[in-house]
Amino acid sequence: MQHGKYRFIVGFLIVPLAIYGIFVISPFVQAIYYSFTDWTGLSPDFEVVGFDNYRKMFQDDVFWKSVGHNVLLLLVLPLVTLGLGLFFAFMLNVGGRRRKNAAVAGVRGSGLYKVIYFFPQVLSIAIVALLFQFAYNPNSGALNSFLKAIGLGSVQPDWLGDPQLALWCVMAVMVWSNVGFYVVLFSAGMSSIPKDFYEAALLDGANRVQTFFRITLPLLWDTVQTGWVYMGIMALDGFAVVQIMTVGPGGPDYSTEVLAYFLYTKAFRDGQAGYATTLGVALLIVTMIFAGVVMKLGRRERLEF
Amino acid sequence: MGSTSEFGRRDLIKRAVAVGLIAVPSVSVLTACASGDSGDKSDKADKGQKTGKNPLAVNETAALDVVIFDGGFGQQYAKDAEAAYQSAFPKARVKHGATQEIQTQLQPRFNGGTPPDLIDNSGAKQMDMGTLVGKKQLTDLNALLDAPSIDDPAKKVRDTLRPGVVEMGRFDGEETWILYYAYTVYGVWYSRTALEKLDARYPETWDEMLALCEKAKKKGIAGWTYPGKYPYYLPFSLYPFIAKIGGREVLDRIDNLEPNAWKDPAVKAAFEAYYELYKKGYILRGTPGLTHIESQTAWNQGKALFIPNGSWVENESKKTTPADFKLAVGAPSSLDAKTDKLPFGTIWASGGEPFIVPKNAKNPQGGMELLRIMLGKKSSQNFIKQVSSLTSLNGGTEGLTLPPGLASSQEALTKAGRNVVNPRIQDWYVALQKEKIGVAAIGEMMAGRMTPDEAIAKIQKFSDETREDSSVKKYKHK
Repeated sequence: MQHGKYRFIVGFLIVPLAIYGIFVISPFVQAIYYSFTDWTGLSPDFEVVGFDNYRKMFQDDVFWKSVGHNVLLLLVLPLVTLGLGLFFAFMLNVGGRRRKNAAVAGVRGSGLYKVIYFFPQVLSIAIVALLFQFAYNPNSGALNSFLKAIGLGSVQPDWLGDPQLALWCVMAVMVWSNVGFYVVLFSAGMSSIPKDFYEAALLDGANRVQTFFRITLPLLWDTVQTGWVYMGIMALDGFAVVQIMTVGPGGPDYSTEVLAYFLYTKAFRDGQAGYATTLGVALLIVTMIFAGVVMKLGRRERLEF
Repeated sequence: MGSTSEFGRRDLIKRAVAVGLIAVPSVSVLTACASGDSGDKSDKADKGQKTGKNPLAVNETAALDVVIFDGGFGQQYAKDAEAAYQSAFPKARVKHGATQEIQTQLQPRFNGGTPPDLIDNSGAKQMDMGTLVGKKQLTDLNALLDAPSIDDPAKKVRDTLRPGVVEMGRFDGEETWILYYAYTVYGVWYSRTALEKLDARYPETWDEMLALCEKAKKKGIAGWTYPGKYPYYLPFSLYPFIAKIGGREVLDRIDNLEPNAWKDPAVKAAFEAYYELYKKGYILRGTPGLTHIESQTAWNQGKALFIPNGSWVENESKKTTPADFKLAVGAPSSLDAKTDKLPFGTIWASGGEPFIVPKNAKNPQGGMELLRIMLGKKSSQNFIKQVSSLTSLNGGTEGLTLPPGLASSQEALTKAGRNVVNPRIQDWYVALQKEKIGVAAIGEMMAGRMTPDEAIAKIQKFSDETREDSSVKKYKHK
């Protein structure tokens, strides 16, 4: 029967694999090929130019700047977003005052908070970026108006107009728009942790911090790891927020330039699609390294419950 | 589930999904539209009969495919012209398309060899002209320029256009690849009413400009604002200022990417004058973080007197402009009326809304014929009335009541006479002009984060890099 079984499996897999091959693998291979050409993206004729694009890329200051920004995003974004997500989820599920019948409970009104946290997830990223653009407006934006209202009229930063602040402004938007999703995701994970674990811990006199690090986090590790990968993808992208919101876009003085946006300008503004695919290959390599690191670090003994 | 050491099913799927998810978006987008075939040229429409009424020999049954950039000028003017085309060729089927995403929509059609017959290649997502020309994707429009104009058969289309329009459409050789339909006047825009309130008129010298800004500052009004998020608006008044101080050769050398072109004393003088606006606190607070709309609105609200802009601002800021605003444009003030090479009134004006006819278009004669109709007095006036912008047709404003900004543009052009400059760096080297010179140098200087000397050194370096970059096509003034 072994033989029949494989034929059965192959029969199921052939169509999805073919689609995957045509729409995912083949563009990859093609992209790598185009990265060795001077294709403009505006006409079908081009020549192979060897490693010229790669040489250019390695000497390109803007490329290194955008790689630097992507790496910074990659380090900061998941940490902050997942950290906040875990904290909020913990407070919503476990962090509340003890009530009569339950060993653990969320803070009061946690159901409502869950909805509020999830709300940004419903808005498209374009709307979010536009809204924050208004908030960051140095003259009439919400932030500076708030500062003025509390008597800090002398502190009126230019926000996106300031190279020191601009990238942090972008990060804040990305954190804000993503944290709600992880609150909900982690809440779901936490609610599946058996309550008796918490009861036992409480009987032993553990406080909230201890329960979080000794019980919640280890049992939630799988979910956190998945979240880490997703957040990493967000960090390597960042295109929409940068394009809609920032000075230039990508500025001021390249302070918010990220690989995805840089690639886009080269392909679709400057007519250098060949060079853009080279950048795409670089982005692919960075992504692969990231994925590898996460998989390696995340491999940790799994707890069953 | 299985034990901890085994590669669990859930684990496997999760990892596969994760890797797939990261990998997919990064590169594959680009290649989707790659190498199509170069197009079968035999499916072109046959030429029609050349007659007095049909000098371009348009095939009267061939379909016409037009794509218009649906931006600040809308698309109605094109629809009206298409209606005129339709009545001239009742058997032709006219297909009208309008979009803001010119590049996204048309790039695949160019790659596939089936582009439309006439395109308004404009807006933030326009296709790079240099590349289109370099890759021989466009039709030479000299046939159109040599055809008789629609109003006066004795005159060629070429002779009815405003000065500089034909030259702008050329790149290296004699061919004219682009026809700019709108005509834009750049300069320092202001409200006559706001100046009257300060008992002032438009300052003709820089000293007067500084004095006026000081006066305004005392009343809590800023002298200048600009779209800090897109600081490449500043050159609209800064470049003609440079030309006024040092002569138009300075700008030509800059356009030609000559070594040390930016080290010219005229550049330094102009940069220092503008930097003084920042140093003396005449720039509206928060300007470096404003978009073009936000800065125009602040200017409309009377928070600042001057803004470097183009003549489209009248239409774009219509909704926020008070009725008694009396919008007007001023030429750059004289830095030193005695030593400046060009007189007061020197201004930047050039064509906008670049229309192109692709080489692989099926009905190129039709595309050109539509342009010929649009360059007639009737269509041109229709455009002026609808969108309050001038067209490339010289004159054509007789008998029209122009809105204040447009009337002021027309006056400014008359005053400038032959002293109209047209820096080409803006359309020749977009990346250099916008994100390098504009955002990374001039923007930084006007925000006070860089001195004029530093900015000039940085720009010269950018200019040198562009000159050395073999992937950027180069152009020269003749």
